[in-house]
Amino acid sequence: MNGEAHDHARESGLAVARSLLQALLAQVANLPLAILLLVSLAFVPLGVGLALLPPVLFALRGLANQQRRWAAEWSGVEIVVPYRPRPEGASGIGVVKWLLRDPATWRDILWTAVNAVTGLVLAGLPAALVVYGLEGVLVAPWMPKVHTFGWGPFWPLSDYGLAGSAGSALLGSLMLLVGWQLGPSIMRAYAIVNRSMLGPTRGRLEERVRKLTETRTETVDASAAELRRIERDLHDGAQARIVAVSMTIGLAEQLVKDDPEAAARLMAEARQASGTALTELRDLVRGIHPPVLAERGLEGGVRALALTLPLPVDVAVDVPGRAAAPVESAAYFAVAEMLANAAKHAEAARAWVDVRHNGSALVMIVGDDGRGGADPTAGSGMRGIERRLAAFDGTLAVTSPEGGPTVVTMELPCALSSPKT
Amino acid sequence: MRVVIAEDLALLRDGLIRLLSAYEFEVVEAVDNGPSLKRALVEHRPDVAVVDVRLPPTFTDEGLRAALDARREIPGLPVLVLSQHVEQLYSRELLSDSSGGIGYLLKDRVSDVKQFVEAVRRVADGGTALDPDVVSQLLTRRSREEPLKALTPREREVLELMAEGRSNAAIAAKMFVTEKAVTKHTANIFAKLGLPVSEDDNRRVLAVLAYLHA
Repeated sequence: MNGEAHDHARESGLAVARSLLQALLAQVANLPLAILLLVSLAFVPLGVGLALLPPVLFALRGLANQQRRWAAEWSGVEIVVPYRPRPEGASGIGVVKWLLRDPATWRDILWTAVNAVTGLVLAGLPAALVVYGLEGVLVAPWMPKVHTFGWGPFWPLSDYGLAGSAGSALLGSLMLLVGWQLGPSIMRAYAIVNRSMLGPTRGRLEERVRKLTETRTETVDASAAELRRIERDLHDGAQARIVAVSMTIGLAEQLVKDDPEAAARLMAEARQASGTALTELRDLVRGIHPPVLAERGLEGGVRALALTLPLPVDVAVDVPGRAAAPVESAAYFAVAEMLANAAKHAEAARAWVDVRHNGSALVMIVGDDGRGGADPTAGSGMRGIERRLAAFDGTLAVTSPEGGPTVVTMELPCALSSPKT
Repeated sequence: MRVVIAEDLALLRDGLIRLLSAYEFEVVEAVDNGPSLKRALVEHRPDVAVVDVRLPPTFTDEGLRAALDARREIPGLPVLVLSQHVEQLYSRELLSDSSGGIGYLLKDRVSDVKQFVEAVRRVADGGTALDPDVVSQLLTRRSREEPLKALTPREREVLELMAEGRSNAAIAAKMFVTEKAVTKHTANIFAKLGLPVSEDDNRRVLAVLAYLHA
C-alpha cells in the first residue's frame, strides 16, 4: 500500500515538473520556430527561404519527434511518426520538395503555432495550479503584514483580514490538491491533443492503401503470367513428350511379335524421350520452387545455388529459424537473380552473399568484384525482383559505380518461426 | 546381396523391389519413412541400401539424413541415394567422409536397368556412383580454372567417366578404346591435376571427386 502511495506521489511530482518544462519549451522553442518558419516561407520567393527551410523544418521535426517520444513515455499515448521516407539521393531542392509535399510537414507547422498556446495553457496547468496554490497557502496570509496596498494573490489586499488570510490558505490548498491530483491526467490530455496534430493523417492511410493496391495488382499480374508460362511449358514440353512416348510404346506393342528387334528399338527410343520429359519437368519444378529450398530452407538453398555458379561465391547465412514459405522463396529467387547477374554480366572473378535476419527483416546483400555499371531500371530481371519483394514491403537498393564493385542490398520484412530441432 | 530399400511412393518401391529381385538381390526390407529406415539399416546391416532423399514424416531430406546417420554408426555402410533432383551440396555431404560405398543418382537413371544394377553393385563393393548431372555441374563450375583448362577433350571425357565412379575397364568399354589407352589418359590427368596416382580404382575415383568438390 505504502509503495502504491509512493508511486502516486512520484507520478504527480513528475507531472508537475514536466508541466513546467512543457510550458517553458512552448515559449522558448515553439514560438521562435513558428516565427522562423513564417520568415523562411515569406522569403521563399526571394530564394533565401529555400536554403533556410530545410534546417528549420528538420529542427521542427526534431522537436515534434521529442514530443512524440514524451507522449509515449510519460502518458502512454503512442504517436506514430508520420513522415514520408526521404527519397533516395535527394539533395538541395529535392529535399525542400520532399519536405513541403509531405502533409505531415504542414501539420507540424500548425502544431508549432498552436502549441505556443496549448503548451502554456494546458500543459502548464498542473505547474500553475501547484505554484499558485503554494503561494496562496504560504505567501498570501503574510502579505498584509508587509504591504498595505495593491493586489494579493487572490483578492485586493485591502480586503484582507483574518477571514481573507484563512480563505487564501483554504483556496490555495484546494488548488494545490487539484494540481497535484490531476497533474498526470492533464498531461495525458495534452498528449492526446498533440496526437491529433502530430499523428498520421487519413491521407497517409490512403496512400498506404494505394501502394498496397498497386503492389497487389502487380503481384496478381506477375503470378498470372507465371502460371500461364508454366501451363505453356507443360503443354508444349513434358505433356507432348509423354504423348509421344505412349504412342511409341503402343507401336512397339504392335511390333513385338512380328519384328522384336524393331520393337526393342522403339522401346529404347521411348525410354530416351521419357528421360527428356523428366529433365524438362525437373527444370520447371526448379523454377517454381527449388526442391533444395523445400528440403534445407534458405541457408541450404543459397549454399546449393552458390555451388552451381561458375565463379567462387562466399556465402554467409545467419538466419535463426525459418521464414514463411512465400518469403523464403522470394528471398531465394532474389539472391539467385543477383548472383546470375554477377556471373553473366559483371565479368566478376568473385561474388559474395550475406543473408541475415535483423530482428524484423531478412537483409540480403549480394556483391561482386565485377565491372559495375549495373542499371536497376534497365534489366527486366532486377525490376521483376523489385516487384516480387515489394509484395512483401521489401526493398532493393543497388550501388554499382562504373568499374565496380556492385553491391545489391535487399530487405524483406518478416518474422521467423523458431528453428526446427 | 542383401538390400534395404527406402521409398515412400508405393509404385516406385514395388518397381525397385521387382527390379533388384530380378537381378538376384535379396530385398530384406522395404520401408517408406525416415525413422524406419534408420532402424532397418542398423538392424539388418545390408550389403547396400537404396534410399530416396525425400521421405515422410518431414518430406524434406529425411532419407539423406537417415543414411548419413546410419553411416556414422556403421562406417562404410554402402548407400545409393536416389532423388528427383541432384545437388552438389548433397554429393559433397555424402562424400565428405571419403570412405566410398556411396551412390547418388537421379531417379531417371533407374530406367536404364543394366547401368543402374551395375551402379548398385559398384556401391555395394565400396565403389562410387555419381550422377552424370552432378559431374557435369562440377566440371562446368571449375572449367575456367587452370589445371582443368589444360586437359585435352579426350582427357576431359575420361575424367568425367572416372568421376561418375567407373573403373578403367568400364571407361575403356564405353569409349571403345583399350584399357591401356585409358591408363595413359588417367596418368596424364593425375599429373596435370597434381594428384597422387593409385592402382586402386575406388581410391582413384575418391581422389578425383575430392579434387572436384574442393
